[in-house]
Parts: sequence; C-alpha cells; structure tokens
Amino acid sequence: MSALERAEAPAVILRAEKMTRIFPGTIALENVDFDVYERSVNVLIGENGAGKSTLMRILAGVDQATSGRILMGGEEVQFSSVLDAAQKGIGIVFQELNLCPNLTVTENIFLGRDMTRGGVHIDMPRQRQRAKELLARLEHDIDPDTLVDDLRIGEQQIVEIAKALADDVKVLIMDEPTSALSASEVEVLFRVIAELKKSGVAIIYISHRLEELIRIGDYFTVLRDGHFQASAPKGEATIPWIIRQMLGTSEFAKRQQREVKVGEPVLSVRNLKLPRVGGGYLVDDVSVDFRAGEIVGIYGLLGAGRSELFESLFGLRADARGLVTIGNQGIDHLPVAKRISAGLFLVPEDRQRDGLVQNLTVGKNLSLASLAKVTKFFTVQNGSENKAIDALFRSLRIKAPSPDTPITSLSGGNQQKVVIGKSLMTEPRVLLLDEPTRGIDIGAKEEVFRTMRELADQGLAVVFATSDLKEVHAVSDRVLVMSQGRITADLPDHEATDEIIVRASTKGHATPAPVSAHDHPAQDQ
Amino acid sequence: MTNTVATPAAEAPRGQSTLLLLLLKLRTFIALIAVVVFFSLMAPNFVTVANAVIVSKHVAINAFLAIGMTFVILTGGIDLSVGAIVGLVGMVAGALVLYGIPLEMFGVVIYPNVWEVIGIALLVGTFVGLVNGLLITRMQVAPFIATLGMLYVARGTALLMSGGSTFPNLIGKPEFGNQGFPTLGSGTILGIPLSIWLLLVVAGIAAYVATKTPFGRQIYAVGGNERAATLSGVNVNRVKLAVYMVSGFCAAIAGLVVASQLVASHPASGETFEMNAIAAAVLGGTSLSGGRGTIGGTIVGAFVIGVLSDGLVMMGVSEFWQMVIKGVVIVGAVILDQMQRRIARNARLG
Repeated sequence: MSALERAEAPAVILRAEKMTRIFPGTIALENVDFDVYERSVNVLIGENGAGKSTLMRILAGVDQATSGRILMGGEEVQFSSVLDAAQKGIGIVFQELNLCPNLTVTENIFLGRDMTRGGVHIDMPRQRQRAKELLARLEHDIDPDTLVDDLRIGEQQIVEIAKALADDVKVLIMDEPTSALSASEVEVLFRVIAELKKSGVAIIYISHRLEELIRIGDYFTVLRDGHFQASAPKGEATIPWIIRQMLGTSEFAKRQQREVKVGEPVLSVRNLKLPRVGGGYLVDDVSVDFRAGEIVGIYGLLGAGRSELFESLFGLRADARGLVTIGNQGIDHLPVAKRISAGLFLVPEDRQRDGLVQNLTVGKNLSLASLAKVTKFFTVQNGSENKAIDALFRSLRIKAPSPDTPITSLSGGNQQKVVIGKSLMTEPRVLLLDEPTRGIDIGAKEEVFRTMRELADQGLAVVFATSDLKEVHAVSDRVLVMSQGRITADLPDHEATDEIIVRASTKGHATPAPVSAHDHPAQDQ
Repeated sequence: MTNTVATPAAEAPRGQSTLLLLLLKLRTFIALIAVVVFFSLMAPNFVTVANAVIVSKHVAINAFLAIGMTFVILTGGIDLSVGAIVGLVGMVAGALVLYGIPLEMFGVVIYPNVWEVIGIALLVGTFVGLVNGLLITRMQVAPFIATLGMLYVARGTALLMSGGSTFPNLIGKPEFGNQGFPTLGSGTILGIPLSIWLLLVVAGIAAYVATKTPFGRQIYAVGGNERAATLSGVNVNRVKLAVYMVSGFCAAIAGLVVASQLVASHPASGETFEMNAIAAAVLGGTSLSGGRGTIGGTIVGAFVIGVLSDGLVMMGVSEFWQMVIKGVVIVGAVILDQMQRRIARNARLG
C-alpha cells in the first residue's frame, strides 16, 4: 500500500456533470459524468471516437458543452477560452502537437502569456530563465533558444508539457502524452507526474497504452460511444477489465462466412522503411506478403503507421526505402501512375479531400483514374467511357438516380463506393483501403464490406486499415497489427482475439528512437 | 522506393556547408552590395551623394509599403490594396489642402492645418486597413480577394474624388494657415530628406514591435501555426485585424510622401506599388506562407529593388528589360531561399 492510499481519500477537485456535446449529425458526448480527484492520476479510457478528446476539449475551454455543468471545488464554473481555463488552473497538453515551428522553445512556452516590462517590452532574460527552470524540472537539457522546428518530436512534446506547467495548474490534462516519447522520456514523464501529484496537482491522463495506465493510474473511467461506461479505483481495474469495458459486445457478431480461396502472393514487401523527420521511423522495417483472394485487416492506433505504410506502397512517400513487388515486377522505384498500371490502387482515408473531385458527377469521378483507357487520338471517347461507367455503376449498386448525379448529393457510404469503383476501373490486383468506413453509418458499412468481399472473391488482394476492432473481425481473413511503425502481430482472424490485438497494438513502444535517415543509404540506384 | 537526390552540400564537409549557409543567409545583403558595385562600374554617376539621396527617396516610398506588407505576410495574409491606398490618401490630402472641409449648414469652409491634414490622411489609410481586416476576420473572405476588392474600391473612390483629374499645387495659402505640405516630400534635416528620417523612425518602431513585444510575437505565432496560437490564448482575429490596419497606416504614410514630393495628388498614383512591396518583402526573406521574415530583411530587399531599377535607368536600359530583370531577380531570390532552407534542414538532420 502506498503512502497515498493510507492518507485520507482524495477529494474531488473537478466534476463534470451530465456533459453533452452535439455536433451536426453526431452526438459526441451524452450525459457523461466525470470526477477528477486531487493528488491523483485520473485515467480516461475509450476507443477512438468514444468522446475522450471531446470531453477534454470542453474541460480545457477549447470547446463548449451543449449542456451539462462543470463544478470546481463545489462551485459551478464556465470556461470561455483556453486562456480562461488556464487562469482558473486547468492546463492541457494536446494529443497533436500545437507549437509554432518558427518560434524558439522559450517563445512557444510563453506565447499568449508573455512576461513583459511595462506590458510592452518582452522580458526575454526572465522568460529564458523560467523556461530553463521548467525544462530542468522535466529533466530535459533543451536550449531554450532552439527553434521548435529543430527539435525531435519527443522533445517537442516536452516543450508542450513545459508550456502547460508555465501557468500555475491545479488540473493538468494530458491527452496521449507518451505517443511520441521514447522509453527513457516516458520514465522521465512518469517521474514528473509523480512529483506533480505530490505537489497537489490533479492529472487527467488519456492513453491507449494499457500497461502504462495500470502502472500510473489511480482512478479509471471508461467511455464508450460517447457514454459513460464504467469507473473503478486502482486495484480493481485490470487490463482484461479495461478491454471488456472498452469494447463491449461486438455489433458485427453475425459475420458472413466466406469460402477463402487464398492464392499466390501478389504484393510482396521487404524491409520497407520510412524515416520520420526528426529521427525514428514512421514505417519500421515492414516485410509482409498479401495474397490473391484474401482480405487483410490492419489494426493500429492513431499514428501506428498504417496510412504511412499504404502511402509508401503507393509511391506517395519519396523517402520510403525497401523492396515492393507486384507479381514479379519490382515497383518500388516507380511513380504513382506506373504503380497503378502495375495493379496497385489506394483508396485514401480522407475521401472528401483525396478521393473525390467535388465538382464532377458520379460518372466522371468513376472514370477519372482510367481516362487513358477510354482515350483515343487525345480525345476521351464518350461512348466507351459511359459504357465502363454504367457497368460499374450497376455492379456496385450505387444509390443515385444516374451516373450524371453530382457526387456531393450522395451519402457517405455511396461516395465511398464511388471511390472504390474509381479504383476498380483501373483493374487493380491489389486494393489498399485506408479507413474505408470512416464517417459512414452502420448500414453503409455493411455495404462497403460486402463490396470488399465480392472483390476478394474475384481474386483481388484486399488490404484495409482500421482503428475499430469490430471492423477487423467483421471482414478480415487475416489480421495484422501495427504499432510504432512495426507489424506486431500477423494472425488468421479466428486466432486473433481482442486481447491479443489490443496488446499487440501497444507493443514496441519501448524501443528507443533510432538514428536518422542518413545512416541508411538508398538501396536502389 | 524512389530515390531523393541528395543535395551536394549535404555531402560536403560540415565547414563548407556552414559557409554556404552563411552566404545564403546574407544573400540579400550580398545582392545589394553586388548591384551597387555593378552600377558604380557601369554608370559613372551612380556613386554620388546626390544620386544616393535620390535612390533613397525612391526606396523610402516602397519601404513604407513593404514594412506594412511584411506584417501582413508574417500572419500568412497578403494586402493588395496598398497601392490604391497610396492614391486615395494622396487625393484626400490634396482635397483637404485645396478645398478644406466645407460645412454647408454654416456656410463656412474649415481649412485644417498641415498636421491635421496628415492626421486625417493617416486615419483614412488605417480605416481602409480596418475594413480589410474586418472582411477577412469577420466575413471570412480570403485576404487575396478582400484586398483585391479593396484595391478597386479605393482606386475608384480616388478617381471619383476629382473625376479623374489631378489636384495640383498643394502649397496651401497663408490666409488659410495651411501652408507647408510640400515640406514632407522635399524638406531635409542635416542634408538628408525628411522621408528618409521618417523611414528610419518607422522601420525602427516596426522592428521593435516585431521582435520585442507580445504583439510581434503573436504575429509570428499566427503565421507559424494558427491553431497553436489560438490554443495558447492568442486572439488570432485581433492580431489579423491589427496587421491590416498597420498596413493601411504605412500605405497612408507612403501616399502622403508621394503627394508631397509631387506637390500634387493624382488619383492613379501608386498603381502596382503593391507588387513592389511584396517583392521587397520576399527578397528580404519573408515567406509568403507566413511566420518567417524580418523588417530588416524587408528594408534591404526594398533597397535591392530600388537600386536595381534606378541603376538600370541610369545605364539607359529600356524599361521593358528592367521588368524582365526585376522578375528574374525576385524568382531567383525565392529559389535561393528554398535552397537555404533545404541545406539548413539537411545540416540539422545530418
């Protein structure tokens, strides 16, 4: 029993009651209660989209709740802005880095709260001194005059934390603070957290790394689909308990059985590496085969490297190194257009931005990637173009009056079908789908999955990335798990239990950041 | 995967690349020295005190605009209306000197003195900047469009004020107590024109604001990462509003100087000045995507452009060639800028 637990039970310093946040079209939070205990690490857990970040944004004054109230020390408070929340003692370290790369460490720490002489002249020596103290408290020897752009990601994270500590905080929110840190940096962070706890600060801690949570958490709260799911104090919360509360029962339990006729490997990847700016790898030495007729689901947390892997395979990342072959043809040195004609296609994650041309019709979007096939004498042949479009339009069962309908009038699911259809017209052998069900409803998801199954039945290798466990089981024949740019599990679906997958997705975190790209000479040419 | 071409400098020994970096960093300065040396060889009368004064006077007008423009570009915006503000402010000043403020209900005309004329003119320029800023922050109009629209509105208003003709002879009359307007353009202190002194003051204040004050810091932050600035509690809209007002104010100074030098105000004066201002800022190392650049660099950039155009005139190079050369220099400056950033990045990663 630690000293903390022998002392009297910590009081609730911050309480969120019946928090609801409605965005157009979705309810991100519904009637969520959340208690924050002083002198404790309050852990908040949930899948992507469970509402953790929304709740934190409200508590930090970035966003306002649609309804519900926040109590601080028993009194109701309102946070109109980040600065307002900061003045009332709430600090936040955001999940994604929010620093100005063109400013120095000191300038970033004091941005918006400059120490001045007479309100006009920035007192640089004093700020520099204070920045040094803050960084020393975080056990980091970063020169306060360095440009943030010159820092490694992990160091930038430390600067973010220093920035949050620059104000006198009572409650410090940390949204996935360790996702960019190396093992030794995590140790330092945990020491800092312990010290902050002792000095009376309440910490709200969000992370997907379950081992980490069990190690430092005092109180656990689980959110699921925008609702409060469960809470437990330290000791009662175990990893299996967390996984059970987080995932619940599967909505896709009745998955259609599929006769898998797996063929030869079509896409082979050997030692694929993609260096990260500032050291380390986004894709770290990935070797894998994808076979004709199989559906492979790649599961991973945010930043695990799934999108980066796809983009590297498709030729969108110039820094990527490694052997990639389709059939017997090496494609790793080819530009995107050549990779498409070799039989590869990527359906991007953000279909609004990368997948569709908003001002064209459904039909024109479908044929966009394969105009060469219907072009003769430098002219698009309308006859053959329309024939190809009609065939796809029917076979994909796109719900629209005709191929001449504007793409924007389609539902999310049908837009996604158009994006997939566009790729099919290029006659690919391997189809990469990055989060194919993002932002579409359950019914449309089923449609997309059915399309994927049909394509696999026709002999395509279908590879999709997702951060939703239920989706992995709903459609994959084989499950890959990525973490920190590496493949940490590769199993047939029936062997891949939720627990194995979740554990694999947080593995590899302890590997120290490798050296930069320059130590790895290019392999080709 | 495809092979990135390693830049030669990245493979060169460390010392060599540091030297190259230093040279690239000082490129605008080196360019300035190069053009001065070049013209002093090619045009015998170039390096004389009298010519230096003339060149500086030309540079000053562009530099005023470029200082305001630098603030705007640092936030990631652009202000295309400054040339039109030069014309409009000149017309306002001209009208005030010639015709005063008629108060018809009392049947009198008030002739403001020169200081009041200057004050009103500066207010007009700042007000135009305020409108730009409001369009951009409140109405969410893209800076390029908002200020392009303002370019036409301000220019049109300037033309409407006189029906397109010039307000001549802005010397004022003793009986109205409004003499002295030409002094701004032609007066000297210690043999140096007033406009140069004014530039020194404005540039000094601007550089101080940019580097030493919270407001300056916030300008850089907004241009570097707007979201981070917002989340740090910076009122991004207020910062943007302010920089357009500063730009309008600086353009008004330029408008006053131009009208005063000519002792007349012409509604078309200041046409295409916005392009020279942008060019000076870019030559001086300001990044059009925001967050990077200095007032000092912009001033040097303005001098490069000024020396270049005046020198070419003295050499007798045709106006058409001047345009071609100016274009090449501006794009060349940006290429060097990109090179410097790439080498610097490689040196860091290396």
